[in-house]
Parts: sequence; structure tokens; C-alpha cells
Amino acid sequence: MGANHDDHHHAADPHGRALRLGIGGPVGSGKTALTAALCRTLGPSMRLGVVTNDIYTTEDADFLRRAGVLDPERIVAVQTGCCPHTAIRDDIAANLDAVETLEERFGPLDLVIVESGGDNLTATFSRGLADRQIFVLDVSGGDKVPRKGGPGVTTADLLVVNKTDLAQMVGADLTVMSRDAAAVREGRPVLFTSIRDDPSAHAVSEWVTGLVESWAHEHSNA
Amino acid sequence: MNAALLLLADSRLPAGGHGHSGGAEEAVRIGAIHDLAGLAAFLRGRLATAGLVTAALAAAACELGAAHLSASPPPPADGPPAEVPARANGVLPAPTPAPANGSSPPPETSRSAWVRLDAEADARISSPAQREASRTQGRLLLRTSRRIWPSPVLDALAGAVPQGAHHPLALGAVAAVAGCSPAEAALAAAYTSVTGPATAAVRLLGLDPVAVHRLLAELAPALERVAATVPTGGSDGSWESLPAHAAPALDLLAEQHIRADLRLFVS
Repeated sequence: MGANHDDHHHAADPHGRALRLGIGGPVGSGKTALTAALCRTLGPSMRLGVVTNDIYTTEDADFLRRAGVLDPERIVAVQTGCCPHTAIRDDIAANLDAVETLEERFGPLDLVIVESGGDNLTATFSRGLADRQIFVLDVSGGDKVPRKGGPGVTTADLLVVNKTDLAQMVGADLTVMSRDAAAVREGRPVLFTSIRDDPSAHAVSEWVTGLVESWAHEHSNA
Repeated sequence: MNAALLLLADSRLPAGGHGHSGGAEEAVRIGAIHDLAGLAAFLRGRLATAGLVTAALAAAACELGAAHLSASPPPPADGPPAEVPARANGVLPAPTPAPANGSSPPPETSRSAWVRLDAEADARISSPAQREASRTQGRLLLRTSRRIWPSPVLDALAGAVPQGAHHPLALGAVAAVAGCSPAEAALAAAYTSVTGPATAAVRLLGLDPVAVHRLLAELAPALERVAATVPTGGSDGSWESLPAHAAPALDLLAEQHIRADLRLFVS
């Protein structure tokens, strides 16, 4: 792969390129499941590319490919050298290279999803890499997590609380999570999902569709 | 010394270096490195082979980049490659004399000089996986550096080797543009050839980071020796005489690594 062309595509110049959407969150919260759900739901109507970070088991990669709506060639993997947050925040070179490689090979695209490696609550995407970002939590991490805040929870453009089907089993109070999240997010949206119960991730897909449409409207080259 | 050298050698330079272990991940996986002594031996071996070669290539690229910088006018980024005078070892070259009745060969273009030096680098890296890793790191370093130190010299290198110039070429060219000398470029190349694997071993084995940095400090005289003594091929571009030390074990590690099911590092 390789995108050694003139660097017209860095995030400082968003015109005429796809929206870059970061999906971050702790290990096991459902980032890959959400990415697969978005591919499944949006794939038929949008031109997509996906960059994965630290999908180092074939199980995870197969999981995405089995989603079955995205040509495996449109999924590019980035290894982060045990530093998932570095690759999306401090040194985004490899991820930018992967995004531009996809755009060069398959472009024009409408949406490029960059899924981060599993990290902690402080991980966020650099604005040089992602135009918008989703932070994914799950209820089984405990209902106190939104209260703990951290840049991911407080500043992401969308907070997704996944695995609501497990709430009763783990004793998590969704009302508490919703209230706490609202308190730290200053009005930014929060969506509760169970990708197991709704493999289309309907509400999140609607939100992303809105983003892509307004991005295309604001940044079209026409 | 030029302070830009510190930026270039800093692992925090956002050019993708953190994703590369220089063979250390595979060496850890197969048990060749499992403690501090093993890491020390690995680093010494790497410096004496791949490190030395990469330092010489970086110095040669820095010399070439400096000659192109001092050539006037600089070659346009996307236009036809401009003809540049022969390298002048940092000294402003005299205006190119008109060819005397076609008796002297035309001066080498910037593009063909970069292509030729890149081929010299290619010939010194036996393992396809290592060649790919070197080109990836070179491409990322150039993309980052072209925004930090914009220069027609870097544009020309990127244009001459569209698949990604080898890492020491990118490093040497950037060093020249940032105002560093060939010896400084060689020092940065030698330094990163051991610090990358050392940091990777800290992450993978949980080695005491202070003890590992002590190892690196003990290597400092050897780094300086490499930087002070590597040949650059000279201003006439006789790069075929650059060091070509091979490290078959590193080649094998790289080839095994690229096939491993579980990889946390690119290389």
C-alpha cells in the first residue's frame, strides 16, 4: 500500500474527501461489533472504507469480514506497537497513510471508519485524523463509568452505551448512566444500544447518516 | 550541532516509528530475546549491521539533499526533473558550465540520483518484509516532514520514489532540509536503529526501562563511532562502495514476523 502523493488530504483540508469517523472505547465494549453493524446498515447506500487498529487476531478480522457487506480489500489493518492511543492521537501517520491509501484505491468514498485499538477512558482521536468520533462503552463495565468522565466520555461527538441487554444481569442502572453522561457531556448526544438485539445498530446508523450527509453538503468540491 | 537533529531522532516525532520493532517482536516471540543480556547482544548486532548500513545511506542521502538544496533554482515538485549540478559536499556549487561540444556527460538529474540511491538501499536489504517496512517508514517520515520542513528537495524525493523511499533516504533528505550535516544524519539513523527495538522490548517483555536506557547509554560511544566513520560515497555519488553488512538472522526474523498470526508491531 502507499499514499506518497502530495499531501492534499490531511484533515486541515477537508474538501472533496470522505468524512473520517473515529470509533474508540475500552477493550470489549463493542467497537468492532459497531463497525460491522455500520458496514451492514450503511454499506448498501454509501461508499465505505474501514481502518482497523490492533485487530491482531484473525478472529476479529474474520468477524468484520463475515459482516459480509464490505469487500475485505476495503479493510486496512494498522499495527500500533502496543500503543493504541499513540496511533490515533500523538502519532497518526500510519492511520492517515491507511485512510489515504483506501481513498486512493477505492475513492471517492463517503465515509472512512477508523476503529481504534481497545484502550482506556482517556483515549481520543486527534482532530488531524478523525473529523468526528464515537466513544463506545458497555453497561457491563459498571454504571459508574460515565460519571468517571475522561476525554472519551466527555468530548466524543457521540457516546454509545452498548450491551443494554446485559444491564439487568450485571446490575447496571441505565437511568443512572444516562443522567451521569448527560451531566458531563454538556448536551452532546448519548445513544443506548444492544447490537446483539439490533444488529443494524439502527439509532447509531441514523446518526452517522446525518453526519455524512451534512459533511458532503458542507465540503463538496462542486 | 543542529537542534533539529533532536526533533528528528525523538521517538515522539509523529512519523509512525512507534509501530516498528526492528525484528525485536519476533526475537521475543521465539525466545531469542528474553532478558536484558539478550537485548544488549541484539542491539549490538543490529548496530554493527543494519544500523551501520542505514547510517551510511542516511549520510549519503543527506549529502545528496544538501547538494540539491544549494543548487539553484530548486527542482519543481511535480514538473519535469530539473538538472542539478554534481554534489558539492555542502559547498555552493559553481554555475554549471555549458557542455563543451558534448564532450562531458550531462549532470545527473535530481530524480535519477534519488532513484539510483534508492536502488542502492534496496540492494542492501535482503528480506522483502524488511524492504517493505523500510519503505513504509520512509513514506511516513516524508509525509510528516513535508509538512514540518516543506522543501522542493523532499517533494522531489517523494516524486522520484512514489512507492515510498527507503527510510534512511527519507531521514537523510529531511536532515539536509532541516540543516543537519551528513554525520548528524548518520547519528540519527544509528540511534533510531537501536532505540526502536529497545523500546519495543520494554513494552513486550516488561523489562526495567531504566536498565534498558542504561544499555542505550553504554552504546552511545559506538553510535558516535558509526556516525563519525561511515563513508557517504562522496560527492561523485559512488554509492556502490557504501557498506553492505548483512544480518541473515535479522532477515529471517523479519520474514517470520510478517507471517505471524499475532503481530503488535508492523515490523
